[in-house]
Amino acid sequence: MEGGETRTDGNAIAGVLQEVFVREVTTSRIACAGCGNVEPIGAEHAYTQAPGIVLRCRNCDTVLLVVTQAPGRNVLAFPRSRWIEIATD
Amino acid sequence: MARAAVLGRLNWTLGEVTELIDETPRVRSIVLDVANWPGHRAGQHVDVRLTAEDGYQAQRSYSIASAPEDSRLAITVELLPDGEVSSYLFGELRRGDQLELRGPIGGYFVWEASKGGPLLLVGGGSGIVPLMSMLRHREAAGGSVGARLVYSSRSLDDVIYRDELQELSAGSNGPEVFHTLTRSQPPGWTGYARRVDGAMLSETAWPASSSATAFMCGPTPFVESVATALVLLGYPATSVKTERFGPTGG
Repeated sequence: MEGGETRTDGNAIAGVLQEVFVREVTTSRIACAGCGNVEPIGAEHAYTQAPGIVLRCRNCDTVLLVVTQAPGRNVLAFPRSRWIEIATD
Repeated sequence: MARAAVLGRLNWTLGEVTELIDETPRVRSIVLDVANWPGHRAGQHVDVRLTAEDGYQAQRSYSIASAPEDSRLAITVELLPDGEVSSYLFGELRRGDQLELRGPIGGYFVWEASKGGPLLLVGGGSGIVPLMSMLRHREAAGGSVGARLVYSSRSLDDVIYRDELQELSAGSNGPEVFHTLTRSQPPGWTGYARRVDGAMLSETAWPASSSATAFMCGPTPFVESVATALVLLGYPATSVKTERFGPTGG
């Protein structure tokens, strides 16, 4: 998908991700199941204009993570990510 | 409650507006007194939420402009055409009002003086805001880290924090500041007068061999072209940190 000006990055969805993970995760690394690229979430591409929030691999555009917000809950999907590294302090 | 804070749960809180500063005709800083503000790092942002009488809510992210060392929290907001949140923050908000916010948010686009430098900052328009927090933080920490700012604005009147940048750069340990004005330039302008490009960065950026950390913030096409140019100049992609504004919903 050619995002053009609708593209932001993981920083833009830091608040929503912190709601979901109950901690700061933009420095956490995520591995793409499409190309194997590993990046901090903050460096990946994000699209926030859709009904859900979509995080895509900055290298190959594979969908890594989707957050769908609904009243009273967030639904988290990992279509094509291999792992996320979350610090334990 | 204390445990929730440790775990990083984001809670909405209220800040009282203590000052409104018109930076340019379309840009305003909002200074807030937030009880129990946990502190922030330069580059982080806050979410601001407005609630209408009928319960309708609108939420936006704004970069923090103040330094961690500053006593009060400041955000800087650009008035966007048809922006439902920014038009309220411009037209309706008064000193003494309460604003609902949560934060600080983010950790990737963050700089701390203890990380050292040199520091390269490249800002487009209101993308200067988180970079200003970094420069203010650098100044508060003694200014020992080398810093350069390349800042693109449409015209001189659109330069946010113009006087403060002038003062900072005139200081003995001040950052080097390079302005470019892309649409109109005053008579006698000696700065750059075009969009930031590879040639401009080769003249202004630290050489790649300096192991500089680069932060760039602005509209998506601006950030992506600057990041690409820096990588072509030899900056490792991991030392180039980007924050894209994207289509700001206003």
